[in-house]
Amino acid sequence: MSRIGVFVCHCGENIGATVDCAAVAKSCGDLPGVVVSTDYKYMCSDPGQNMIKEAIRDQKLTGVVVAACSPRMHEPTFRRACAEAGLNPFLCEMANLREHCSWVHERTPETTDKAIDLVRVMAEKVRRNRPLYPIKVPVTKTALVLGGGIAGIQAALDIANAGHKVVMVEREPSIGGHMAQLSETFPTLDCSQCILTPRMVEAARHPNITLYTYSELESVEGFIGNFKVRIRKKARSVDEKLCTGCGLCTQKCPNKRIPCEFNAQLGLRSAIYVPFPQAVPNKPVIDRERCTFFLKGKCKVCEKVCPTKAIRYDQQDEIVEHDIGAIVAATGYEVKGTDFFPEYGYGKYKDVITGLQFERLASASGPTQGVMKRPSDGKTPETVVFIACAGSRDPAKGIDYCSKICCMYTAKHAMLYKHKVHSGKAYVFYMDIRAGGKMYEEFVRRAIEEDGVKYVRGRVARIYEEDGQLIVKGADTLLGGEPLEIKADMVVLASAMVASPGAEQLAQTLKVSYDPYYFLSEAHPKLKPVETNTAGIMVAGACQAPKDIPESVAQASAAAAKVAGLFSQSELSREPIIAVVNRSAPPLFSTCVGCFLCESACPYKAIEREEIRGRDGQLIKTVAKINAGVCQGCGTCVALCRSKSIDLQGYTNDQVFAEVMAL
Amino acid sequence: MSEFEPKITAFVCNWCTYAGADLTGTSRIKYATNVRAIRLPCTGRIDFMLVLKAFAQGADGVIISGCHPGDCHYTAGNYHARRRWVLFRSLLGFVGVDTRRIKFAWVSAAEGAKWADLVNETVAEIRQLGPFKQYQELLALRHQPIEVA
Repeated sequence: MSRIGVFVCHCGENIGATVDCAAVAKSCGDLPGVVVSTDYKYMCSDPGQNMIKEAIRDQKLTGVVVAACSPRMHEPTFRRACAEAGLNPFLCEMANLREHCSWVHERTPETTDKAIDLVRVMAEKVRRNRPLYPIKVPVTKTALVLGGGIAGIQAALDIANAGHKVVMVEREPSIGGHMAQLSETFPTLDCSQCILTPRMVEAARHPNITLYTYSELESVEGFIGNFKVRIRKKARSVDEKLCTGCGLCTQKCPNKRIPCEFNAQLGLRSAIYVPFPQAVPNKPVIDRERCTFFLKGKCKVCEKVCPTKAIRYDQQDEIVEHDIGAIVAATGYEVKGTDFFPEYGYGKYKDVITGLQFERLASASGPTQGVMKRPSDGKTPETVVFIACAGSRDPAKGIDYCSKICCMYTAKHAMLYKHKVHSGKAYVFYMDIRAGGKMYEEFVRRAIEEDGVKYVRGRVARIYEEDGQLIVKGADTLLGGEPLEIKADMVVLASAMVASPGAEQLAQTLKVSYDPYYFLSEAHPKLKPVETNTAGIMVAGACQAPKDIPESVAQASAAAAKVAGLFSQSELSREPIIAVVNRSAPPLFSTCVGCFLCESACPYKAIEREEIRGRDGQLIKTVAKINAGVCQGCGTCVALCRSKSIDLQGYTNDQVFAEVMAL
Repeated sequence: MSEFEPKITAFVCNWCTYAGADLTGTSRIKYATNVRAIRLPCTGRIDFMLVLKAFAQGADGVIISGCHPGDCHYTAGNYHARRRWVLFRSLLGFVGVDTRRIKFAWVSAAEGAKWADLVNETVAEIRQLGPFKQYQELLALRHQPIEVA
C-alpha cells in the first residue's frame, strides 16, 4: 500500500499569492494513498527539506510529491533530500505549480483547481513509481581533439598536462591552423609564429598526445565516456617513419606552379610539399590531384631523389580506431574570399586581397619575405584602402553577425603597412570601431594618432580598375554622406569570418547542434559556454563563433578543464531513465515478438538482439534487448512496440496512463 | 459559469515544450487555466492511445507539442511523432472525430510566448466547437449489450 507525502510550497509569494496552497494541501490529503499533505513557505529551504525528510522517516513514506517550481529547477534538490532520508530518489516527483500555474494565471478558484489537478496527476504517478538505481558507466580517459589550430593545441596540451591521453586530429598536413599564417598579432605586435611554433612542437612531442595530421574524423559512435571514433588517415604518399624532412623532394619536384594554400594563394608550391617551413610534422605530402605522376603516370622525380626511399605512391587511406572519453571540437574558421564580393570586383582584381592574404604579404616568411609588394606587379603600394566589415554585419550578404576580430586586425594591418612603407597613405573604411578588449582601444588610437592612419566612417560601394589603379568609391557619413573617391594601389578586405568548410557535416557526425551560420552551438550561451548539448563533447575556438586568439585560448583551456573534470571520475552515473524489454520466467521469457520495429526507430542503435534458448540449447526466439549504456531514454521504441513489451523506466505505460486517467 | 470551459490535456516533451512552458512562467505571460500538461521525455514517447484515453477522461481537446524538426534532444523522436500523428489524424477523421480537437505544434524552449498563444488559441477554438459529447456517447455505447439481429 502506498504511503505518499504531498508537500506544497508557497515559494514565498510566487505560488502563494495566486494559488491557495493551504486548500491544495487540504484537498490532496484525501487523494488515494496520501498520508501526509502539508504546505510550507519555502520547501527548498533547509527547514523545508527537513520537513520532507522527517515525514519520510516518521510516516514511512513510499513516495513524495513536491508541489513547487519546475522539476527542471529543483528536482535534483528534492530527490537528493529524499535519498538522504533513505527513500529512493526516483520515488520523488514534482508538480509544477509555479512556472505552469501560479506565474501564468491570475488568482482565481480555477487556478487553485488546476494546482490540485497537477498534484493529483503526480500523486497517481508516484503511486506507480519503482525504485531505480543510477547506471554506472566507465570513463575512457582519452580525449579526442579535432583541429590543430591554436585552440586545439591549447586544449590538447592542457588535457595532456593534466595526465590524460589525447588523440589530436588535423585535416591539413601540419598543425598550426590560421594562427601560423599570421604575421604579427594585436595588440602587442609580437610575431605570431614565434609564440605559436614552440606550442606546436610541444604538442607533437608530448608523450600523452597522439597526433594525426592530414587526417579526418570518419565516424563517432557511443556516448560520454565511451565514444568509439574512426579516423581516416589520408594517404600522404610518404612513409612518415622513413622521411627525415630533408626537403629534397620539394626542391626537385618539377611541378612548382600550384597556388599555395598556406600563403593564401599568393605564393606557389610544389606538388609534393610541406605547407610551411616550420610545419609540424615536417613531413611532405603529395597532392595527388596535381602530382604529374598521379595525373599522367610519369615523373617519379621525388622517388628518385629521396635519400631514404620514403616515397609511397601506392599508399592507401588508413582507418584507425580509438576509444575516447570526451571530444573537443576546435575546427576553426575560414574567411570569405574576394570572389564573394561582386561590388569589389568578384576576385578578378589581383590587388584586392583579403585580410588573410595581407597577413602573408606582411609576414617575414611570406611570398615577399615581408616586403610590401602588391600582388599584380610587385610595385610598392603607395595608397592602401582597408575595408572593414566586408561581408560581416550585412544581411544582404547573408552574414548578419559581427566577425569580431576585423576592427582590430584592420588597425594592425594599417599600422604594419605604415611601418613598412613610411610614405604610404592608409585609409580605413569602417562602420563602427569595436575594440572591446584589454589594450584594444588604445591600439586603435595608436594607429590613428601615432601612425596617421585615416579612418573614414562609411561603406565602399564599388571598386574598379583604371590605369593600373583601383578606384575606391565610398562615402564619408560623418561628413553628411559626401561621396569620396580614392585612387588606391591595393585594397584589403576585412572579409567575414565563416565556419570552416565541412562544419555542418562535422556537427552531424558529432550530433551537436549548430546555428544558421554553421557555427557549433554551446549548451548554454552564458552558463555552459564550452559544453555542447551532447554530453562529453566540448567546443573551443572559432568553430563556435568568431573570436580572437586570447579568447580561443581561454575557451580551449576551459574545455580542457571540463574534460579533465570528467576524467577525474572513474565512472559516471547516469539517470536510469532508459527503456527495458520485459522478461519473465519460462516458459514465456518475454512478450517481445521480435518484430524489431524498435530497432529501426532507435536513434542511438541501442536495440540489440538476444537469443532465448531452452535448456537443450535450442533457440526459442530472438527478442529485443536494450543496451543500457547506449539508450538515452527517449521512449520512441515504447510508443512503437506492438506487443507492449518495452517500457521506459520513469515514464512507464502504467505511470503515464495513470497520469492521464487522473485528469 | 455561463461560458463553456473546455478541458484540455497537453502532452509535451521535456526538452523543448516543457521548458518553453517554463519560460512562459518565468516571463509571466498569462494564459488560460484550462490546460494540464503531461511531461514526457520526448514526443516520440507519445503513444496515441494516450490521446484516446485523454478523450475518454473527458478532455475536449488535446495539445501535442515538442521540439522543432531538427532540434529533437534525441535526434529523431519528433519525426516519429509527426509520422504517427499524420496517420493518427487521418484515422480520427475517418471515424468521425473533428480533428480540430487535436493540435500538433512545435514549441521550442525559447518560445514562451508561443506556448501561451498556442494554449489560448486552442482554448478559444475548442470553446467554439463545444464539449466533446460524441466521445462520451460512444463510450456509453460500449457498456451496452450488443444486440444480435
